[in-house]
Amino acid sequence: MGPAFLTMRGISKSFPGVKALRAADFSVARGEVVALLGENGAGKSTLMKILAGVYRADEGEVRWEGRAVQFSSIQEAQRAGITLIFQELNNCPNLKPLDNLFLGREIFRGRSPFLDRAAMRRKALELFELLGLKVDLDVEVRRLSTAIQQMIEIAKALLTDVKLLIMDEPTSSLTDTETAKLFHVIRDLKARGISVVFISHKLKEVFEITDRIVVLRDGENAGEVDPRTGTMEELITHMVGRALGSFAPRTAQTAPGAEVLRVDGLGGPPHVEDVSFSLRRGEILGFAGLIGSGRTETARMLIGADRRTKGRVFIEGAQVRIGSPRDAVALGIAYVPEDRKVQALVLPMSVRENLTMSIHRALLRLGAFFSARKENAVTDAYVAALRIKISTREQPVNNLSGGNQQKVVIAKGLAIRPRILILDEPTRGIDVAAKAEVHRIVSGLAGEGVAILLISSELPEILALSDRVLVMHEGRVKAVLSREEASPETIMSAALRQPARSVAS
Amino acid sequence: MDITPSAPYQATRRPFRGALSALVRSRESAILLALILIMTVIGVVAPNFLSPGNLYLVSRQISFVAIVAFGELFVILTGGIDLSVGSVMALAGMAAASAMRAGLPPPLAVLLGVLVGLAMGAVNGTLISYVSIAPFIVTLGMLSLASGLVLGFTKGWPITEIPASFIPLAQGSFLGLPIPVWIAAGIAVAAHVTLTYTAFGRRTYAIGGNEQATFLSGIDVRRIKLVLYMISAVTASIAGIILVARFNSAQADTGKGWELDAIAAAVIGGTSLAGGSGSVLGVIIGACIMGVIKNGLVLMRVSSYWQTAIIGIIIVLAAVLDRVKSRRA
Repeated sequence: MGPAFLTMRGISKSFPGVKALRAADFSVARGEVVALLGENGAGKSTLMKILAGVYRADEGEVRWEGRAVQFSSIQEAQRAGITLIFQELNNCPNLKPLDNLFLGREIFRGRSPFLDRAAMRRKALELFELLGLKVDLDVEVRRLSTAIQQMIEIAKALLTDVKLLIMDEPTSSLTDTETAKLFHVIRDLKARGISVVFISHKLKEVFEITDRIVVLRDGENAGEVDPRTGTMEELITHMVGRALGSFAPRTAQTAPGAEVLRVDGLGGPPHVEDVSFSLRRGEILGFAGLIGSGRTETARMLIGADRRTKGRVFIEGAQVRIGSPRDAVALGIAYVPEDRKVQALVLPMSVRENLTMSIHRALLRLGAFFSARKENAVTDAYVAALRIKISTREQPVNNLSGGNQQKVVIAKGLAIRPRILILDEPTRGIDVAAKAEVHRIVSGLAGEGVAILLISSELPEILALSDRVLVMHEGRVKAVLSREEASPETIMSAALRQPARSVAS
Repeated sequence: MDITPSAPYQATRRPFRGALSALVRSRESAILLALILIMTVIGVVAPNFLSPGNLYLVSRQISFVAIVAFGELFVILTGGIDLSVGSVMALAGMAAASAMRAGLPPPLAVLLGVLVGLAMGAVNGTLISYVSIAPFIVTLGMLSLASGLVLGFTKGWPITEIPASFIPLAQGSFLGLPIPVWIAAGIAVAAHVTLTYTAFGRRTYAIGGNEQATFLSGIDVRRIKLVLYMISAVTASIAGIILVARFNSAQADTGKGWELDAIAAAVIGGTSLAGGSGSVLGVIIGACIMGVIKNGLVLMRVSSYWQTAIIGIIIVLAAVLDRVKSRRA
């Protein structure tokens, strides 16, 4: 490990009403892989955006390769060798890989305005070879997997003379195999002297891939952990400032009651082939499987958001017809989608307006006009019950942290007083403390008799909460495991299409 | 731990906010200020602008545009657009006028005109909601279709046999204000109440803010959109029918270009074309700014050719100001 070639000292940054960073320090050596951790709102992204020229620091000094620098744009930082890969991939989904890769740095035929596609193709293949990737260059990038799109972003950085690559939650939507591939690439970059800063909420990965873990809390340095000697508990203590039993398995499990939901042979192109399962009162049924195995698509079909071509659905024994999410809500099925900003929240609207979105009818006076009293009462009740941290119920949800936004989405689902609650990645991209709270809420709901279908790509979450685990692969149910049978090994082997241990009942 | 609250909770009382402070804080305060400024400037340059006679005429002219713009507002709030309002005006006016010529009493003729407009709106809404065609294309087609129907049926000739009892609808006055102003005010109140206090209004804003989330919340987005385009067609029809009384005849070219005036009034009034934000009050002020400037330019003897250019500049300027304001916020 060489001497630090990046040092940030005493960095402070305020936004209206928030002090995002308070004299934070950070450094990276050549070829070092550093993790930057902290709860949501700890200042990780702000610190990295200052480094990459997105924001300007209020105070503090950045030294890069021995010189004091102050990048005023992303382009300027890139020219100096620092590239930030945003969490939300910054590509044009309608263009092909080559066009994305060379956007802004196209290769021309001599001095003409015409593109030299052959040269660009050669260069791209060379890069992908280096990254050990096979990429189909002839399809639009929206049809490629997230992992491949991510790799294209990395390749794009390598096109410039990158010396420091910052990745903001690169694995949040990758499967385990894709993550392994990404890690392979990171190790390769490291071997070539390129430094990587890795922001992640997945603690296990952080221990696996990084040389050093830097923890921020409330915009300040909260400690460092050496991944070779440190422990996960130590890290969590730094992050939350107190010891926290994370992912405690559910306690107080009452025996599940009568069957509430039965799905029989559900299917519809292109992602769902044949899915059957049943769900009981007070039961949490985990839906495990790789990304693309058809879990979200099954849920969307079940609530009538997407068209299905076959299958029957029974609620409390009676066959029902669900043609739209409206029918689902009327039958007491609440769906909490995986992408809260895109699918669940109307960002400019208030906490109150979002929370009551599915229960307008119950809040009307004279059959037409909102009763402010009723609406405020419902909002306050759920804000208190789920401990949502807001300043007023009129606050736009846009201004809330990820964890609190997620709680608003859950509250919106609960407001219909569901018999069946479908949670799709309920803790994606929220911090450790908020995660624990969501788990507490989910367990509590099951205790109250709500039947819960939990889709999650985090095995520890599935294992901690589920009474049974259903594993999907390529649109089919590969296994239904009891609590005793379920383990990371049994789930993964079913998800990867190895012989299933126990077949759907 | 009780996660599903069962007991009714104490509702906290909303803190009192004076009407004045609410107005100052609102999005509309800036454009209201602009309106007052513009009126002052015009009043100084062309003193007869502020004469009661002129203000009477200006207010009547503004009310026509405002009525069309109220309907347009509903559609724009969901991120849609209705380009057909101008020719729907002409069609509804023509239908009402021919009914009166055929001897139908004016109230029934008005109803018929509105129903014809409503049908056009239903066609727009159905194609947009249930066949998923872009609003721009559907309403552009309707713009051409409706004006073609008018020309086809009338061969371009105006209908002039309008009963005298119908004329006061546009030319009469009540408590010193033109009747169209009262009609516009009635529609404004209804539109404001609908948008602010009903589930339909809330859902309209929600669709503009995030259509997918609204759909997944169990709201029938398609039906709402269908109704929105019907509302837009109905307000356009009402304006078109009143214009028949205004001109003592139904003209084939009535409403030509009014879609742009209606959209401009909404945009000047702070309505976002991306959907999700805008208000009836804003549209009223927007329509006033347009009407006042047009009238001011006439009084200042600016040629009508230049007037068009100046209105164009004002529309773009309003959009730029809105952009600057939202960036600061």
